[in-house]
Amino acid sequence: MPDATFKIFRGDRDGGELYEYKVPIAPGMVVLDALHYIQAHDAPDLAVRWNCKAGKCGSCSAEVNGRPRLTCKTRLDALPLDQPITVQPMKSFPVLKDLVTDVSWNYRVNKKIPPFTPRPNVEWKMDQREVDRVQEFRKCIECFLCQNVCHVLRDHEKQEQFGGPRFFVRIAGLEMHPLDGLSRTELLKEELGIGLCNITKCCTEVCPEDIHITDNAIIPLKERVVDDFYDPVRWFLRKLSGKKH
Amino acid sequence: MAESRTATVRSGFGVTMRRDAWWVELIPVVVILGAFTVYATWRTFENNYYEFGPYLSPFYSPLIKPKWWPLSPAILILWAPLGFRATCYYYRKAYYRAFFLDPPGCAVGESHPHRYSGETRFPFILQNLHRYFLYVAIVFLFILWYDAIAAFWFPSATGKHFGIGIGSLVLLVNIILLTGYTLSCHSLRHIVGGNVDCFSCVVAGGPRHGAWRGVSFLNERHMLFAWLSLISVGLADLYVRLVASGAIADLRLL
Ligand code: SF4
Ligand code: SF4
Ligand code: FES
Ligand code: FES
Repeated sequence: MPDATFKIFRGDRDGGELYEYKVPIAPGMVVLDALHYIQAHDAPDLAVRWNCKAGKCGSCSAEVNGRPRLTCKTRLDALPLDQPITVQPMKSFPVLKDLVTDVSWNYRVNKKIPPFTPRPNVEWKMDQREVDRVQEFRKCIECFLCQNVCHVLRDHEKQEQFGGPRFFVRIAGLEMHPLDGLSRTELLKEELGIGLCNITKCCTEVCPEDIHITDNAIIPLKERVVDDFYDPVRWFLRKLSGKKH
Repeated sequence: MAESRTATVRSGFGVTMRRDAWWVELIPVVVILGAFTVYATWRTFENNYYEFGPYLSPFYSPLIKPKWWPLSPAILILWAPLGFRATCYYYRKAYYRAFFLDPPGCAVGESHPHRYSGETRFPFILQNLHRYFLYVAIVFLFILWYDAIAAFWFPSATGKHFGIGIGSLVLLVNIILLTGYTLSCHSLRHIVGGNVDCFSCVVAGGPRHGAWRGVSFLNERHMLFAWLSLISVGLADLYVRLVASGAIADLRLL
């Protein structure tokens, strides 16, 4: 089999460049296999984060030919091999070394979200229909590819004002939970800046778990924010009844 | 955060390591939305050729002609369907990408630096009122269904009688597609049941879950309905204009 040429980012937060490596192609090979080949033969110090090699741990995210992907789920036979394959770290996070980025900002955002809080004296019984709806949001493997591609973070660098699609997915799972008693709409509007999302759907396009992030999480949450903050009739009815939500 | 990032991927308008022709998907949006806007604006102000026999152009329906209004009657009503489409979640995605280039494509750089406030400031904060345009659009659906049915009743010396012209079919197909578009709306999906957390705890939880499922099914095809109904409404108006101006003759099938 012929060789594939890779151009891989090597460097750290002070800078770096693309280095070229040749890898013999084997049937069924994925980009992560090629990175491991390079580690084994040419560059033992190449930093790559990975764990499961099965598309389930969400560790191996990178940009392959400019597209945010799990390297363990990107097969070489799906890439044009007549040109070098570029592999770069996720652009929206600070590089630690080579392909490994510091994603700790995500964990800080996560801490802002009040966890599942059951309604007082709720009966611990759930209807299958309600479970089915929130199941989708539980598929998230926290690969942060959606965070990486989202232009609010990637281009506008609104990390301080915006939570990002992964956390809208998490909140959707909590807000639509049949037993949860909290409302997180104010958090969404104020601290996590859901209004900054302009529903351009790049997050949905890259999600390896095929979560319909924009249609099933973000837009329904935006509608809930409208209910609580923008809908003038609801505002009026709330004033009349004296209720908060 | 920002200062600690490394320039691993360069920034700047259109800068990307993507190899595919990412800009191709912008072309149909620019061409079709652009052409529709130009055509609809011209037809709104033309104030002519909007009725023929039992056919009424959807751009002029409902036909309201108050004495005090000197301009085209279309201006009085078109704000509603146009506002509905302009604030539609799908079209927002399409025009933010294709016309505002924010972003031009996924993982494709934007012009730097530029101010960005998403939908948090005027005018885009008004997108949050989409549901009110939906309410009006539902009223328009009834009116356009009335028009589509009326388009099968042709005037004759002895009163109106049933018939089928190409125009009747054009208006029927159009209203079916418009119904698909309206019933697949994200705001409708929220209102009919999406806003419920616990279907087994609320009044009429079963029917609401059923309605939510039904709208969700259509909602997965919302983009398709958005384009088909945009094209059909333009073509329906064009057909009425062509027969009303005498450019072509309406073919009667029955
Ligand atoms: S839809 Fe919203 S959250 Fe998702 S990538 Fe686009 S702007 Fe970001
Ligand atoms: S929502 Fe999808 S893309 Fe985002 S972190 Fe979870 S699995 Fe990854
Ligand atoms: S290595 Fe676990 S998702 Fe790729
Ligand atoms: S979301 Fe498109 S019409 Fe409501």
